[in-house]
Amino acid sequence: MSHDSYPMRVMDAAEHGLTLPAAPLRYGSGGKVPARRDGLAKVTGAALYAADRQAEALLHAAFATAPVARGRVVALDTQAALAHPGVVQVYTPANRPPLAQHPDEKRHPFNFRHEALQDDTIRYAGQPIAMVLAETPEAAAEGARLLAPEIAAEPPRVDHDAGTPWQPEMVGFFAPAQAEVGDVARGLAEAEQVVEVEIETPDQFHNAMEPHAILARWEGPEKLLLDTPNQGPVMIAGLVAGYLGLPEGAVEIRTPFIGGGFGSKLMIYGAMILTALAARDLGRPVKTVLSRAQMYGPVGHRAGTRQRLRLGIGSGGRLTALDHEVTALASSFEDFVEPSGHASQHLYAVPNLAMRHSARRVDRGTPVAMRAPGEASGSAALEVAMDVAAEAAGLDPLAFRLSNYAETDPATGRPFSSKALRECYAAGAEAFGWAGRPAARMGRDAEGRLIGWGMGTSQYMCTMYRGEARVKVHADGTASAAIAGVDMGQGAWTILAQCAAEGLSMDPERLRLTSGSSVLPDGAVAGGSGHTATAGMAASEAGRNAVEQLISLATADPASPLFGAGNSGVVARDGRLSRADDPSRGESYSEVLARAGLAEVEGQGVGERVQAHREGYAMFSHGAVFAEVAIDPELAQMRVTRMVGAFACGRILNPRMVQSQLEGGLIWGLSFALHEEAQYDPATGRILNADLAGYHVPAHADIPQLTTLTVAEEDPYVNALGVKGVGEVGITGSAGAIANAIRHATGFTPTRFPIRIEDVLAHL
Amino acid sequence: MKPFDYHRPETLQAALELLTDPGATAYGGGTNLLDMMKCGAALPGTLVDVTALPGLQGVSRAADGRLRLGAALRNSDLARDPLILAEAPLLSEAVLSGASGQIRNMATTAGNLLQAPRCPHYALPESPCARRDDRTGCAARDHAGRDHAVLGWDDSCRAVHPSDLCVGLAALGATVEIATLAGRSEQPLAALHPLPSAGRALEPGALITAVLIPAASLGLRARYVKVRERTSFAFALVSAAAGLEIADGRITRAGLALGGVAATPWRRAEAEAALIGAAPGPETFARAAALLLQGASPSGENGFKIALAERVAIRALSEAVTPRAGQAAWPGSVFDAPKEDTPDVA
Repeated sequence: MSHDSYPMRVMDAAEHGLTLPAAPLRYGSGGKVPARRDGLAKVTGAALYAADRQAEALLHAAFATAPVARGRVVALDTQAALAHPGVVQVYTPANRPPLAQHPDEKRHPFNFRHEALQDDTIRYAGQPIAMVLAETPEAAAEGARLLAPEIAAEPPRVDHDAGTPWQPEMVGFFAPAQAEVGDVARGLAEAEQVVEVEIETPDQFHNAMEPHAILARWEGPEKLLLDTPNQGPVMIAGLVAGYLGLPEGAVEIRTPFIGGGFGSKLMIYGAMILTALAARDLGRPVKTVLSRAQMYGPVGHRAGTRQRLRLGIGSGGRLTALDHEVTALASSFEDFVEPSGHASQHLYAVPNLAMRHSARRVDRGTPVAMRAPGEASGSAALEVAMDVAAEAAGLDPLAFRLSNYAETDPATGRPFSSKALRECYAAGAEAFGWAGRPAARMGRDAEGRLIGWGMGTSQYMCTMYRGEARVKVHADGTASAAIAGVDMGQGAWTILAQCAAEGLSMDPERLRLTSGSSVLPDGAVAGGSGHTATAGMAASEAGRNAVEQLISLATADPASPLFGAGNSGVVARDGRLSRADDPSRGESYSEVLARAGLAEVEGQGVGERVQAHREGYAMFSHGAVFAEVAIDPELAQMRVTRMVGAFACGRILNPRMVQSQLEGGLIWGLSFALHEEAQYDPATGRILNADLAGYHVPAHADIPQLTTLTVAEEDPYVNALGVKGVGEVGITGSAGAIANAIRHATGFTPTRFPIRIEDVLAHL
Repeated sequence: MKPFDYHRPETLQAALELLTDPGATAYGGGTNLLDMMKCGAALPGTLVDVTALPGLQGVSRAADGRLRLGAALRNSDLARDPLILAEAPLLSEAVLSGASGQIRNMATTAGNLLQAPRCPHYALPESPCARRDDRTGCAARDHAGRDHAVLGWDDSCRAVHPSDLCVGLAALGATVEIATLAGRSEQPLAALHPLPSAGRALEPGALITAVLIPAASLGLRARYVKVRERTSFAFALVSAAAGLEIADGRITRAGLALGGVAATPWRRAEAEAALIGAAPGPETFARAAALLLQGASPSGENGFKIALAERVAIRALSEAVTPRAGQAAWPGSVFDAPKEDTPDVA
């Protein structure tokens, strides 16, 4: 593939999915690691994100949003908005065209209840309360401002203390709210020591670089094209059709490039439905781009929690009991509960183990999954508690974790499908120099700064869905694959092509991948770190299926050197078939097709987990994160100076993409530990820092020297590829490691995240 | 965004005539004003772009020997100007500790001086805010937090001034040149940033044309220290600028100002007076810092900033006398550049 032939053009409206060849540039380690297929298109601006797209006669939408968290919209000055030059229409609950499904009706677990102008109720600040359509984005925004809503406000329930207690049966996605193995009360009673840690975590927002955007155009009464970044295009296209009263398959979602999703682009939200509705009603394409502030509320967040961990320690530093109690904030109208307690249920060997979730309903937008939902906040608290327990037991934090190493899943008793966590501990500790850690406070460096070393264990489940793919081998010796894959920066364009090529036993450079549209075979959602496992396995299986067809053709053809070899007697390698017993006898795929007079063969593949494996094994990615902090001894300003993470994630398909994911995880952990927090106005329930200047994520200058390692891990049970997730595991363990490093430097046990200067200042 | 007229006059007279319109606002880099316009906190009918006006650019030496910083001088140009680096490097350090590279490429000197008060409610038009409009009230009155003032606040406003540059300018005793149709005048920097009790600053129709730094600047033995969680693109939780002139082991002149604690860069004559004539050292600095913070009180959940501000002031004074190795690598930062290897632990 030459540089010149790389597609620099934009997609046209008729195209269903984008096709990308292999990246022309191979840089780095010996040319063996495929580079990003989408890289050149992205750095040159040829990659179009939804908000970049244009259409003939396009209208622009803007929302007016609720300034308080609870109450009613009494009046909107629609006359003023309509009088503004360029404004075409204003939708309010009074004139919004009808929907076939009420926005609060839940027909599907991912059918998140949302606001699509169904009534005048305000359930959170920032909720869309009117939609303005105009000829320019500026006119639409000014129209929305001119609506100047008159509000009948009620006192909002803004925090834990004001929230309405609620006991959910399920947390996260279909996970139990309560569980107990053994008898925790007895385990605590029998312990030599019991440590208790309470930690609060704040609401956090996904803050993907790319804002949520939708361009809706109707190509017929039953044909809707939506350009919108989405992590589950096939599933969401089906759900959108339900709201609009359309048959299955009437909605196409195109999402070739996503500028970060993190869970917030896996949900239905009002703007998506209303944009399509407005386009149908007005007979013109409509584009909506949420402002940064409007991404704080209607498109989900990670819910704040209060967590209490009690750990019983017996002889030899062995845990006798672990009790993880979680109170999570939930919205008033949806049932998603941050499943933080699950982080402690599969990690350490403890005979008496329990988690208990409860919730407080507050007047905030509904929380949803955000990168490592539950595990991120639960791990942050658990790992601090583990260090407090290690100190009580008189053990080094790593030694304490090793003395409680789980050989089987403590929650289920099942064996792990694979678990190279010991190797992670060893490799990470070695790379970090952990052996030199003094047990007491760390001391100061040459400049007088307080130094601390901390660690945490990483663990994240190996999610798998059911995905499908289609792969073709063409007579010219090339191949193509089609799948509704989701690339939100993690590298799906590259990895799915690699998987298809691997199934085909071909060089990925000879394969074109078509992806990013819901009309393609369903690659399932990109969430739970399960996309490569699911869609990648489907692509690989589809390739394998195509090769099997080629083998059948060849072995049945008397003119083939493979005639009569039988399918099991043929080996596929680098686009050729040869006899297993005599590799010199063989032919290329194109020769097989040419003789058969076929232009192509098409393979179908499914990616899903073997039922018996799912039921028989506990499946997790693991890791160990080590962090160093430096703290100014008088001013309490903190900086993370080094992080090392060693991870066991099954087979590593593309080290380049994996390193990026793992580093991103460590940075997110740092962000969790020291930066991210939504601040709410107690009076109105508004978020006061709904922008990237006020809501902090780390800047480059905050990111220390990062080292990520992967250790070898073979897993015959997790899936046919042997891959585990890498997208979320790096967040777990890392926030706790930083908190523990601060504890090591100062002796202060954090009681909240993010850890603030004033928290530490009081303990210097 | 509310529609507005845009003018880019080429003479000061034309600019001042345009600014007599009560709906007109001077426009420099727009890095703060445009944000305020987008959120509806500022709704000017006319923007008067001052970047084409003669005499508002660059750093020059005035006839009386003072340094003259043009009102439309970009922050990034200020930070690397040879005269500034030679005679008032404190200002470079303060500027580079603020905002981001992209913002500094646009933001101007006068725009920095006239930034909107740093309080989330100022930028939320639905919130009552006496500083933003004539409605009475303050949404932060009962809910002030770590970013609000601990000095000079009252029930009309608890916001702090957001600038880093102004803290450095205050420590150096800068003055501001202001033009109106009636002529030019000069005011102390502090006049631009009155405490909430003192009402509004610039009179309508006035335009800042330059900032003047006294000759024989204190900027040589000077240090800006900025404490905040994020190393870049973050306002100061607390910052301090200190400049000292030392002769024969005694402090002969002193400037000391705090950021992040009040509606103005916070100075007190008593604190500076306590430095003069004393030997530089921990006790002297602690005494001055205590005087600087005298009368401080929490405006909400921010009492910790009082003790922290004392320490930051002491640190700035100490490092003004004894620069820390590597401190230039991260302007204003408590930290120096990251190390590539493991530090030796004592």
